[in-house]
Amino acid sequence: MSKNKEAKVHEPLFHIAKRSGMVWWKAWLIRGCAILASLIVCAFIIVLLTKQNPIEVYISMFQGSFGTKRKVWILLQNIAILLCISLAVTPAFKMRFWNLGAEGQVLIGGLACVACMFYAGDKLPNALLILIMLAASILGGVIWGVIPAYFKAKWNTNESLFTLMMNYIAIQLVSFAITIWVPSGSGVMGVINSTSKSGWMPDLFGQKYLFNIVVVAALTVVMFVYLKYSKHGYELSVVGESEKTARYIGIDVKKVIIRTMVLSGAICGLAGFLLVSGTNHTISTNLAGGNGFTAIMVSWLAKFNPALMVITSFLIVFLQRGAGEIATNFRLNESVADILTGVIIFFIIGSEFFINYQIKPRAKHKEGK
Amino acid sequence: MKKFLALLLAAVLLFAFAACGGKTEDTTTTAAGSSEESTAPVATDVDYSKVKIGLICLHDENSTYDNNFIQALKDTQEKLGLSDDQVLIKTNIPEDDKCLSAAQELADAGCNIVFADSFGHEGFLKQAAEEFPEVQFCHATGTSAKTAGIKNFHNAFASIYEGRYLAGIAAGMKLNEMIEDGKIKAEEAVIGYIGAYDYAEVVSGFTSFFLGARSVCESATMKVTYTKSWFDIALEREAALSLINDGCVLISQHADSEGAPKACEEKGVPNVAYNIDTTSMGPNTAIISSKINWSPYYELVINAVAKGEEFAADWCGTLATESVQLTKLNEAVAAKGTQEAIDEAVAKLEKGELNVFDTDTFTVDGKKLDSYMADVIPDEKFEADTEVIKDGAFCESDVEGMRSAPYFDIKYIDGITEK
Repeated sequence: MSKNKEAKVHEPLFHIAKRSGMVWWKAWLIRGCAILASLIVCAFIIVLLTKQNPIEVYISMFQGSFGTKRKVWILLQNIAILLCISLAVTPAFKMRFWNLGAEGQVLIGGLACVACMFYAGDKLPNALLILIMLAASILGGVIWGVIPAYFKAKWNTNESLFTLMMNYIAIQLVSFAITIWVPSGSGVMGVINSTSKSGWMPDLFGQKYLFNIVVVAALTVVMFVYLKYSKHGYELSVVGESEKTARYIGIDVKKVIIRTMVLSGAICGLAGFLLVSGTNHTISTNLAGGNGFTAIMVSWLAKFNPALMVITSFLIVFLQRGAGEIATNFRLNESVADILTGVIIFFIIGSEFFINYQIKPRAKHKEGK
Repeated sequence: MKKFLALLLAAVLLFAFAACGGKTEDTTTTAAGSSEESTAPVATDVDYSKVKIGLICLHDENSTYDNNFIQALKDTQEKLGLSDDQVLIKTNIPEDDKCLSAAQELADAGCNIVFADSFGHEGFLKQAAEEFPEVQFCHATGTSAKTAGIKNFHNAFASIYEGRYLAGIAAGMKLNEMIEDGKIKAEEAVIGYIGAYDYAEVVSGFTSFFLGARSVCESATMKVTYTKSWFDIALEREAALSLINDGCVLISQHADSEGAPKACEEKGVPNVAYNIDTTSMGPNTAIISSKINWSPYYELVINAVAKGEEFAADWCGTLATESVQLTKLNEAVAAKGTQEAIDEAVAKLEKGELNVFDTDTFTVDGKKLDSYMADVIPDEKFEADTEVIKDGAFCESDVEGMRSAPYFDIKYIDGITEK
């Protein structure tokens, strides 16, 4: 309540204004503070819910990723897979094409790969088989990605719903295939070609995960260059900003949409290949393990920048691995760890608000003025 | 470039914060550990100090199946006086490479016994077993330990078909009561059964349950439906409601969530459960549950490892080993005389006078079963390879001659239909 009775317009306590061009170090300072603040809030939650020492819990979380050499490899492998799928959805997102179907595209890629292993295992030399598996996976992912893109380009259907529905079809197809391949009815595919190891990606320098990591590292660089320096990358960002502008300057919007989703689906298919041939050697409906959705967050948090996505995917995997470690070490239900992860991510996303907007307090009125 | 630097700084900050408290904590953990050890009861003269056991679970405590493994391990831990540092539990481990990683991590952490509880974990646990020959890997519900030839890889299960049969008696008694009270006619005694997948473990379970029910209620029939998932609250609930709608007057299930028991409580339909006591979920409808008690097997393995002895590649718990159990009968719901009927059947089973799969008690397509080839030895072609009818009975979970995991996969004996 203003004492100044003459003032007819009540000024709010504060108002929010858009900020433009914050200095980079300030932005990161805000992010750093957000993480710190989230850790403090989490500490309270830990003490209140579990009566554990929060610092002990944080150390355990850290050890979940870095405790042993093997844990570091697992961390890198999980980052590689999440990053690969994130790289896949990014060009589509940049084009404002909301591809929520990465989960299904990975699954179909994996299914195509398993089909090759199942039917052609032992019949072909391993190198040839792996090449065929790779091609089949990519093709599978492309088909699953290009269907909604075609419908979008041709009839302007809603791609979010379309890609989302395609996930469920993919899940059912995998269930169906497993029912056929496993007549015992257990619903478990089991490790394929476990004795002959046919179709298994050989270890690189004795490290099982190294191949995946190298492939995704290379892919990250390629994607960075593609988006930033190539004509394609420029075109898809123009389509994303404004389809009309794109049309005006002579970009074939339909072609760009389909081309970009071919790329998106292909990389998802590749992820399916890495998961089946390089990692699991089996398939279940859980092959992508939710990474198709987590990838959306990774891509957004990094503002569609592949280089920054290395860091955001690290952050997410670090938190996931930490959550599992806490659950084991303190005998907590993983839900508790998930709450902590949720709080931390909430603060990080929230900090973007303070980077993009500023809060201006109400100007002070001097009395008697 | 500058952004990278800042990021690095932020990361360093985060880790520095975490690392700061490191030294103080190490001392607190060891202190806590030692105090526990000193107060712990020592049951025998076996030295358990070098035993470290890790358990890999597909889901967590919210799944009745996994909870059964977790609780049994905690009970065993308490009984043998092991510290928390000696018993590690990893939950929500899917049936893929993550299972292999989890097993490797447990072995890295110094576990000399690694357990896994889900059927699909088997292939990955075997890989870990080959990598760590000095660690014992035990896999529940698995099929291949006997033939795999990996010395440190083991399977275990229990003759749970006997427990199911006994629970079936409780169900049959309830059906009789409903008929006597005039609530249903004799031919309306239809049981609804929700199975996860249509494979041997589930088929063996519902067939034995049905045979138990029919041993006391002759007019009983059963409808089976599958959810194609081990844990799906919504699907299991839907399945239960749809069976009830179809006229099923009693429900049982072999799936791991509380979906079905809770739906039964809502509709006032009696329920027989598996692995946990569901009386708290359905005080007015839960009758009884059959369960596998894993404690005897945990103890066997822990004792063997502590003494440095070898133990069986495949093990099957029984009523005698207390591996097959029934939860406390809910007197408020169960029919009169249920406990007596169960006790009588237990005595007969233990004496060998009663065989659950006696071929005189059931027919398939109207005919008595004189011979049946089952897929006992696992192979990639799923070939039926072993004659399992012996001395007038289907010889289920015969660990001496065959294997512990069920192989009764006849769909369906007369009286059971698929919905």
